[in-house]
Amino acid sequence: MKNLGNKISIVEKILQTLPGERRYLVHFLHLVQQATGYIPEEILPAAARHFSVSPSEIFGVVTFYSAFSLKPHCQHEIVVCQGTACHVRGSGAIMEEFSRWLGVKPGEENLEKNVLLKPVNCLGCCAIGPVVVVDGQLQAKVDLKEVKRIAEKLTGESEKRE
Amino acid sequence: MSQVRFKSVKELEEYRRSLQSASGFPRLISISSASCGRASGALKIASAFEKSIKEFGLNEKVKLKLTGCHGFCQFEPDAIIFPEKYFYPNLRPEHVPLIVEETILEGKMIPELAFKDEANQKVYLTVDELPFYRKQLRWLMDFHLDLDPTSLDDYFRHEGFKALGSVLSSNKPEEILNIISASGLRGRGGAGFPTGLKWRLAREAKADKRYLICNGDEGDPGAYMDRGLLESNPFSVVEGMIIGAYAVGAEKGFVYIRQEYPLAIERVEQAIEKAREAGFLGEDILGSGFSFDLELVRGAGAFVSGEETALIASIEGRRAFPRQRPPFPVVRGLWEKPTVINNVETWANVPLIIRQGPTWFSRVGTEKSKGTKIFSLVGQVRYTGLVEVPFGLTLGEVINEVGGGPKNGKKIKAVQTGGPSGGCIPASMFNLPVDYESLNQAGSIIGSGGMIVLDESTCLVDMALYFLNFASLESCGKCAVCRIGTRQMVRILKKISSGEGEISDLERLEKLGWTMQKGSLCGLGRTAANPVLSALGYFRAEFEKHIVDKECPALVCQKLIAYEIEPEKCANCQLCLKACPYGAIRVGTDGAPVINQELCTRCGVCYSTCPPQFSAIRKVSWKSLEQNDDKRPGGN
Ligand SMILES: Cc1cc2nc3c(=O)[nH]c(=O)nc-3n(C[C@H](O)[C@H](O)[C@H](O)COP(=O)(O)O)c2cc1C
Ligand code: FES
Repeated sequence: MKNLGNKISIVEKILQTLPGERRYLVHFLHLVQQATGYIPEEILPAAARHFSVSPSEIFGVVTFYSAFSLKPHCQHEIVVCQGTACHVRGSGAIMEEFSRWLGVKPGEENLEKNVLLKPVNCLGCCAIGPVVVVDGQLQAKVDLKEVKRIAEKLTGESEKRE
Repeated sequence: MSQVRFKSVKELEEYRRSLQSASGFPRLISISSASCGRASGALKIASAFEKSIKEFGLNEKVKLKLTGCHGFCQFEPDAIIFPEKYFYPNLRPEHVPLIVEETILEGKMIPELAFKDEANQKVYLTVDELPFYRKQLRWLMDFHLDLDPTSLDDYFRHEGFKALGSVLSSNKPEEILNIISASGLRGRGGAGFPTGLKWRLAREAKADKRYLICNGDEGDPGAYMDRGLLESNPFSVVEGMIIGAYAVGAEKGFVYIRQEYPLAIERVEQAIEKAREAGFLGEDILGSGFSFDLELVRGAGAFVSGEETALIASIEGRRAFPRQRPPFPVVRGLWEKPTVINNVETWANVPLIIRQGPTWFSRVGTEKSKGTKIFSLVGQVRYTGLVEVPFGLTLGEVINEVGGGPKNGKKIKAVQTGGPSGGCIPASMFNLPVDYESLNQAGSIIGSGGMIVLDESTCLVDMALYFLNFASLESCGKCAVCRIGTRQMVRILKKISSGEGEISDLERLEKLGWTMQKGSLCGLGRTAANPVLSALGYFRAEFEKHIVDKECPALVCQKLIAYEIEPEKCANCQLCLKACPYGAIRVGTDGAPVINQELCTRCGVCYSTCPPQFSAIRKVSWKSLEQNDDKRPGGN
C-alpha cells in the first residue's frame, strides 16, 4: 500500500500535465481514481487551486458520478449487471445471492473478505446476460447456482494472500 | 503500412488505388471480437487459429482478422470464413485445427459445426442463409463482418474517407446541409429530430465558434448499438463528424463515451489519433484550408448525462445537471456556443449518405422515417444480438423472423422499446411498422434502439417497478417533480408487487405519471413514467390481479410465489437441500426433501440447482400451497 504522501505526489504530477481549465476536472478525477484507486479528500484543495474552483465544487462532482469514490476500495470487485436485459433473465436474484454470500448490500464492501459488490446499469453485453464481472473478467450467462462458487473462489483467494 | 499525412484528396485516392491493386489473400477468417465476443472467449479462438495457420504453413493464403461485433452475440465466439461467408457459431479452441484443415485448405464447410436451428434441426452454412441475417438490411453493420477496426488502411479499402474527400473537393457547406436534409436522416439517439435541420440551425446561429458532440453515453440499460458501432467501425463516426463540422462550421468536436465501455474508448482514441496523423483532423484537412479537431471525453457513470444539456455540463467539467431548454444547444451549448449534438449512429450514417446520395438513402423506410435502424434485440427471444433493419419492417418481423420468435415454448407477450423512457407494446400489436411515429402512437418510442422481448415469464408490474427504480436512482435531484415523483411511484409499485396494493393505487400512479410528464425539467422525468403508464394501458388486468387476488400470474414477484418439490419427480439427490442458503429444505418423514415455507425466502437457488433431468421443483402461486391459511410464506 502506498502511503498518503506518496499519493499526493502522484496527484501533483498528474495536475502538472493538465491545463488549469475546468473542463479537465473530470478527466483529472479519472486519472486519480485510476492511479490511486480512489479520490483522497486531502487532494481537493490542490486540485481546487489548479482548476480555479472551490473544493466543495469538486466534492460535488466527485460524489455526483458513480465512477469516483472518496474511499479506497477493496482488492476484489464483483460487478453485477442490473440492466434491463439482465434483469429479465434473473440478475436481481443473482445480486441478492451475492449480497447474501458476501454479507453486504449492493454497493457496499466487505472489508474482512476484501471485496466490493457493485451494481452497474449495463455493460453493453446484453445479448449474453446475466453478466457478472469478477475482478475485471466478464462472465456471461451466469446462473444463480454459480454464485456460491464465484464468491467462494474469490474470497478464498483473498484469504490465501493475506 | 501507415502512410504519411495526406495533403490532398488526390493523394488519398492514389493511395487507395495502390491498396486495392495490392494482391489480397484468397481467404479471410473473421472473428467477432468486440467486448461481447471477448467475454465469450474470442481471443482464445483467435490464437488457436493463429497457431493452426502457422502449423499448416498457410500464412500466405489466409488472413486472420479480429473484427468488431458480427451481431449474433448469443452465438459468440463465432468465425466467418470468406469468400463463402461460412458461419461457425459457438466455437471452441479444439474445433479450430479441423476448420483450418477442412475449410481453409479444402474449401469445405463442416456441417456438424454449422448453425443448427433447434426447432427443426435445419442446418445453415453461410451468413447469407441464416434467418437471423436474411431479413436485416445491414448498411452500417455489414462493415462489422470484415473490417479491422484498428486499421486505417482497411477502412480505406471499405471506401473510408471517400465521402470526406468528395465533400472537401466539390461541395459547399450549404450543399451538405441540403443533402442531409434531403436524405430524411433523423437522430438515432431518442427524439428523432431531423439532423439536417439541427445542423442548419447551428450554422445559422450567430457566433464566433461552434462545437460538435457525439453522444456515446448510451445510458439505456439493456441496449448496446452504440458500443457495437464504436468498437467495430470507429472511423465512420470520426468521418461523419468531420463532414458535419465542415457543414456546420465547427472547429472542435467531442466524442463522449461512457466509462463502462473501455474497449470503445480505446478504439475511438486510436481512431482519432490515426485520423490526425493521416491529415483528416487538425489544420488544413486534405489541403482544403478547413480545420477541425476531435477530443475524446470519458463519462463518469450517470444516466442523466446522456441528456444533451447534462452532457454539455459534464464536458465542461461540472456535475451532469440538465438545464431548461430553450435555449437549445444549437443556439447555446458548450461554453455558450452553438453546438450540434448527435448520437453515435446518427454520425455513422453521414458518410454513407454522402457516398450513396440522399435519394438512395431515402428510398428505404417509411414516409417519415428513412434508412435503417440498429436495434439491440434481447430478452426472451430465441436469437439475441444487434440487428439492423429498414424502418417499416413490422415489430413481428423483427421479433419472430430475425429474432426467431419465442424461447423454450413460452408465449411472447410484449416488447419493451425505448428503455426507461419508453414503454411496452403488446404482442397483439406486432403488426405495427417500426418507425418513430407508429411506436409513439402506441405509447412507446423507438428511443435509441433497445428492444427487450418479454414472454409470459415476465411480470409487467415487476418491469414497471424495475424502470421506476432505475429512474429514481438516476434522477439527478435538481427538480422536485421528478425526484419525489419517481420515489412515490416506486413506493406504490413495491406495495402492489408484494400484494399489498389497493385499486386506488392505479389511479394514483396515473396521476403521478401525468404530473411528471408535464412538470419535469428534463426528458428523464418527463418520460420516466412511460413504462408504467403503457403497462397500465395494455396490461391493467395484470396489476389488478396483484391487487385483488394477490397473485402474480408470471410467478415473478417474490412475495407472491412459493417453491414446491414435486415428490413424484424428485430423485432424492438432495442437491437442493445442500444448496438452500436458509436451511429451509429438510428431509421429510418419507425420506424425500420438503421445503419449509416458514423459512423459505423464495430466493430461487433450489429451483436453479435441481438438475434439469428431474426438474422436480416448481414455482407456484403462494395461494396454491396446501397449508395456506391466508398467510404468505415466511422469510423476509
Ligand atoms: C435522460 C436522457 C438520457 C439520454 N441518453 C442518451 C444517450 O445515452 N445517448 C444518446 O444518443 N441520446 C440520449 N438522449 C437524447 C439526447 O438528449 C439528444 O437528444 C441526442 O443525443 C441527440 O442526438 P440525435 O439527434 O442524433 O438523436 C437522452 C435524453 C434524455 C432525456
Ligand atoms: S443489461 Fe446487462 S449487459 Fe446490458
